[in-house]
Amino acid sequence: MSEATAQQTMVSGAREGAPPAPHGVVVSAVGDPRHSRADFSAAAPYLQATPLALILFFFLVIPIATIVVVSFWDYDFARIIPAFVLTNYIESLSSPVTWKIYFNTLRYAAIVWALTVVIGFTVAYFLAFHVRTAGMQIVLFLVCTVPFLTSNIIRMISWIPFLGRHGLLNSALLNLGIVNEPLEFLLFSDFAVVLAMVHLYVLFMVTPIFNTLMRIDRSLVEAARDAGANGWQTLTNVIIPLAKPGIAIGSIFVVTLVMGEFITVRFMSGGQSASVGLMMSNQISLLQYPAAAANAVILLITVLIIVAAILRIVDIRKEL
Amino acid sequence: MKDMKKKGVSRRSVLKGTAAAAGLMAGSGAITGFPMVWAKTDITLRQFGTGVSNLNAIAEKCKEDLGITLEMTAMDSDAAAQRAVTQPDSYDIADIEYWICKKVFPAGVMQPMDTSKLTYFDKIVPLFITGKLTPDSVIAQGTAPHTVGFVEAQDSTTFAKEQTNWFTMVPTIYNADTLGIRPDLVGRDIKNWRDILDPAFKGKTSILNIPSIGIMDAAMIMESAGEIKYGDKGNMTKEEIDKTIAFLIDTKKKGQFRAFWKTFDESVNLMASGEVVIQSMWSPAVAAVRSKGIPCTYQPLEEGYRAWGGGLGLAKHLSGAKLDAAYEYLNWYTSGWVGAYLNRQGYYSACLETAKEYMSADEWGFWMEGKPAQGDILAPDGKVMEKAGAVRDGGSFYDRMGSVACWNAVMDEDRYMVSKWNEFIAA
Repeated sequence: MSEATAQQTMVSGAREGAPPAPHGVVVSAVGDPRHSRADFSAAAPYLQATPLALILFFFLVIPIATIVVVSFWDYDFARIIPAFVLTNYIESLSSPVTWKIYFNTLRYAAIVWALTVVIGFTVAYFLAFHVRTAGMQIVLFLVCTVPFLTSNIIRMISWIPFLGRHGLLNSALLNLGIVNEPLEFLLFSDFAVVLAMVHLYVLFMVTPIFNTLMRIDRSLVEAARDAGANGWQTLTNVIIPLAKPGIAIGSIFVVTLVMGEFITVRFMSGGQSASVGLMMSNQISLLQYPAAAANAVILLITVLIIVAAILRIVDIRKEL
Repeated sequence: MKDMKKKGVSRRSVLKGTAAAAGLMAGSGAITGFPMVWAKTDITLRQFGTGVSNLNAIAEKCKEDLGITLEMTAMDSDAAAQRAVTQPDSYDIADIEYWICKKVFPAGVMQPMDTSKLTYFDKIVPLFITGKLTPDSVIAQGTAPHTVGFVEAQDSTTFAKEQTNWFTMVPTIYNADTLGIRPDLVGRDIKNWRDILDPAFKGKTSILNIPSIGIMDAAMIMESAGEIKYGDKGNMTKEEIDKTIAFLIDTKKKGQFRAFWKTFDESVNLMASGEVVIQSMWSPAVAAVRSKGIPCTYQPLEEGYRAWGGGLGLAKHLSGAKLDAAYEYLNWYTSGWVGAYLNRQGYYSACLETAKEYMSADEWGFWMEGKPAQGDILAPDGKVMEKAGAVRDGGSFYDRMGSVACWNAVMDEDRYMVSKWNEFIAA
């Protein structure tokens, strides 16, 4: 459930970053005196917006409304009982365990975000500025996506035999004489969780950054060089500021995905760490749906605050 | 094995021979104690339950022998408990564990069975009737099956203290669980539950992360380590839960555990890859590790086993022909073929006497009597499970089921325990 919520948030977040919405276009058309079919075009924007509005209503608004409603219900071991109680929220928010888990989830989000930004930007920069032909850029970009043609779970689980105590990496290190004891922190640890998440989500950072970098007018870079800027100055004063919308969109993807994560945390930490999503999945498996719904609402609010903060720092519409 | 197959065939041919006659009388209810063939009436029984005993082979054989179509739905135990209570019309037969029965039966969604209609009732292992395997056995802690095995009257939902004519569930499978070890990697004798705490195994142990079962393994470990003495491990007080969880958190922080597993395959992989050398385990998982050619022992321990068991119960709404068919199914279930099938997977079945007839002497000796296998022991699918000469870990049925310390249970403080358990996992 958490995953779905996160993805929905992600979709709506991404939409805000999309090129000018049809709505804006149509409004300006109506305002234009040269268009005389005003009576007909008055209805047009609503008609155009209807399909998406319906989809969002049925697959976003209704599910979230249901979750909100259920979060106030009561439950026992087998039933959920329609009611209006605040116990789910009180129990969740007053428990130090919840706070610890939120802190842990935010920590994962911060680390994964920092790593994916650096890696994502580097890869995108290479593709956009060092690969010269457009054909090659497309080919290399597709190469980046190849691992993503396999399922998330498979990509994650394949790390386990690689990182294990008797795994490929440890055997290699032992045989090369680099270590004397197998490195235990490689698997079933925070390291493993972060590694798998970076692997899973870095493409969500590469794509939007690559997209914005490709739109940068090359003459700006030349102008910077002519004005005497060295490579580093061009990067920090010209390219990174112009890449901000891409970074912001990528960040929204990565942060919302990591905040809703549960399966990676469970498998890669060997059940030793918890995340908000995992807490919810545990509650669902114990049929404590209202408690899970309350946590979903809290998580949704948290993620929306983070997304709002990102959008406040970077106006992705203006800079596109 | 050959011997057994022959028996199966002869049984089938006998059934075919009688099918015509039985078909004529089917529905009249005149025949008792003899398998009816329901093919013509096209009866379907909907059975749901936990995955372990929902086996396709049983459904196929049931169709073949009785003509009853079994529709099986598998789910995890929490979902099963919920479905049993909230959707009583969605099933005819509930295949649930005894601790679930303790939660579900009082809700009034099931009906007890008339023991006089159960042909093999007298042959059911006394563990499920009196709680004692042999007359001088000590009754184990937890939700022992006999404590929820009978109700006072046909329409009663109160569990009876003693045997009555109204039986709640016919046992399907049960077993005694203990710790699994890698004998090649532990480097010492493992005799007690507390051995999992040995500093030598730091970062190489695991327990299962299913709260209601994990807490029991934890209790066995803690009591063995002399940290606490429980009133009843299967029904802890809040204080006992607090103490147990605090101990677990402490052990976790010291780095004793490598991982916590939740599914069967996770436990197999942890053990097979050598990530852990001693952990909570289920017996088929031990078999799965061994089938990869990796040594693994289901180590009997001094303090005894943690046992679990499931049974088939009847939905309240069953009546008439469907109820008759359900009884017919239960009688067939206990008549031997199914029992042998289950025993051959390393589980135990309800009526051992009838199952014995469907097993070869060697199979019976290996699985039930703890004798060395004379020839290779085959799984129901024909794969070699144990080579000739192997002896079952823990020995005979009486050795294993006779030293059960505790049954899987549902505690009165269930919800509190689960929230504390989550604290342990998050710590």
